[in-house]
Amino acid sequence: MESTVLEKKEVEVKIKAQPNKINNMMQNPIENIESPIINIDQLSVSYGGDKYSINDVSAGIAKNKITAIMGPSGCGKSTLLRAINRMHELNPDTHNKGTVYLGEEDIYKMNPILLRRKIGMVFQRPNPFPTMSIYDNVIAGYLLNGIKLKRREKDEIVEKSLREVGLWSEVKDSLHNKGTFLSGGQQQRLCIARALAYTPEIILLDEPTSALDPIATAKIEDLLVKLKKDFTIVLVTHNMSQAARISDYSMFMYLGELVEYGKTKQMFTMPKDKRTEEYLTGKFG
Amino acid sequence: MNTSAQLSNAKLKGRLLKDKLFTYTLIFLAFLSSVPLFLILFELIKKGYKQINISFFYKVAPDTMEAMVAVKNNEIIPGGIANGIVGTLIIVGMASLIAIPLGIICGMYLAENSKGKFAGIVRFIVDMLQGVPSIVLGVIGYIWIVKPITGGFSSLAGSVALSIMMLPSIVRSTEETLKMIPETLKEAALSLGVPYHKTMLRVVLPSGISGIISGVILGISRIAGETAPLMLTALGSAAISTDITEPSSAIPLLIWEFYNDPNLVDMIWSASLFLLFLILCLNLTAKAIAKRWKVQY
Ligand SMILES: Nc1ncnc2c1ncn2[C@@H]1O[C@H](COP(=O)(O)OP(=O)(O)OP(=O)(O)O)[C@@H](O)[C@H]1O
Ligand SMILES: [Mg+2]
Repeated sequence: MESTVLEKKEVEVKIKAQPNKINNMMQNPIENIESPIINIDQLSVSYGGDKYSINDVSAGIAKNKITAIMGPSGCGKSTLLRAINRMHELNPDTHNKGTVYLGEEDIYKMNPILLRRKIGMVFQRPNPFPTMSIYDNVIAGYLLNGIKLKRREKDEIVEKSLREVGLWSEVKDSLHNKGTFLSGGQQQRLCIARALAYTPEIILLDEPTSALDPIATAKIEDLLVKLKKDFTIVLVTHNMSQAARISDYSMFMYLGELVEYGKTKQMFTMPKDKRTEEYLTGKFG
Repeated sequence: MNTSAQLSNAKLKGRLLKDKLFTYTLIFLAFLSSVPLFLILFELIKKGYKQINISFFYKVAPDTMEAMVAVKNNEIIPGGIANGIVGTLIIVGMASLIAIPLGIICGMYLAENSKGKFAGIVRFIVDMLQGVPSIVLGVIGYIWIVKPITGGFSSLAGSVALSIMMLPSIVRSTEETLKMIPETLKEAALSLGVPYHKTMLRVVLPSGISGIISGVILGISRIAGETAPLMLTALGSAAISTDITEPSSAIPLLIWEFYNDPNLVDMIWSASLFLLFLILCLNLTAKAIAKRWKVQY
């Protein structure tokens, strides 16, 4: 904690030394994205007090694309991601400045329950519901919200979602076993299926492969690329090569600021900001 | 070179021996601590088994004259402890009805707000409650229920006293169990747009069900043998009583009555055996549930 505070001071000094250079280059990144589905508008999020974990972030998220959020640990990636479906509000002391639009709607004026139906989430550690079967896990969104479905509808949703994540052939004979008996990679795909089954428009993923081995990771990466046809994907990742492989747009965050945002190819070949370059070349982070 | 190797070999052997000695000592001591339980069981079975037959479970406790005649004729004392069994079932059942929902809600609150100031106070009170002598809880039952509500001794008053007694174990086991459940599970449900209360009731609570149930059963087994609070509340009754506003017997109360009546003193063994058996069963069930129903995350 203390060290980040120190670092932050240093950076502020640096920024002051070369006034507004960075800010000019960053000018309104929303305009870079054609037809954004999400507009993050000057968003700052605090977990309490007047220390902001992300500061004045503005960005548009492109529809049916994969957007990666990168940056060193503690820079606010998860905070930004969670602010998009208001999961950060689980901490009771959070407060925001600025807002986020989903289409034309201000998400902070929406009912969070409806919002989360439109913006699904997948977490770092696979977290299938331990008391439920694989089958019930897939339709958990409906079950837990008391949405009644006919048997045929359920079967359809389960099969479709499991096929989408490439798990169907692996589990079709054990649908009524507990989801927690699957391997880590299978569990994570089950969690993605659970998010998909509830028909969101956007899926947020917070380091979804960091607890998985390379083979399981590769499967999930392929899956995400396939899924962007139907969904908009926002992915937090520590893994730069992962971002380079699968994302269309990349954000680089540092100490709560969105330092650089643009096409992934461009960022990896010609980063505009020195800090991005240093991060990408492994000088820090 | 050679000698030093031999030396260390000898040392090693000495160490292994010490190791073994230590292990055996531990096993022996562990065995020693379970000896009293076996002695008690042995004693109760030896002296009580004759008394336990079918009528033991459906007949009420004999009066002192019947017993005296039987003892004189060298017969088994007639009658059973049905009034005690029914009383215990009703009193403990009602106590559970009061304490289980209250305890689980309270435990959930503590687990969810572990750092809150109010939670700290509640936790402190629950801890204090654990240390309150059971006779004092009897006095509470007397003051709260016997005098103002039922206007006389009643099983309801006994239940209230016992429910306070079992509350701490339910609260703490619920809290401890729920704290072990990973936060990510709650997040998974909330991120699907499931409202908070449904998340708690349908995701978090079921995931901790084994720990909570075994805590509840341990709580029940703790109060099933309580005597002192019942003396001031349920009092005792010679007949089977199902009216909760009336006095009622209970197994431990019967044992106390048997002890005080020289003609009935032989009934102590069978009644104690049954009570002990009941409580052992409850404890074993709690263990089995904790193991069998354990949810794997
Ligand atoms: N629940 C919380 N309460 C208070 N502060 C928090 C909380 N969660 C995060 N923070 C703070 O917000 C800042 C950003 O955290 P965040 O989790 O968003 O970082 P991150 O970029 O996701 O890091 P990582 O790569 O390690 O996951 C950190 O300084 C952290 O200390
Ligand atoms: Mg994070």
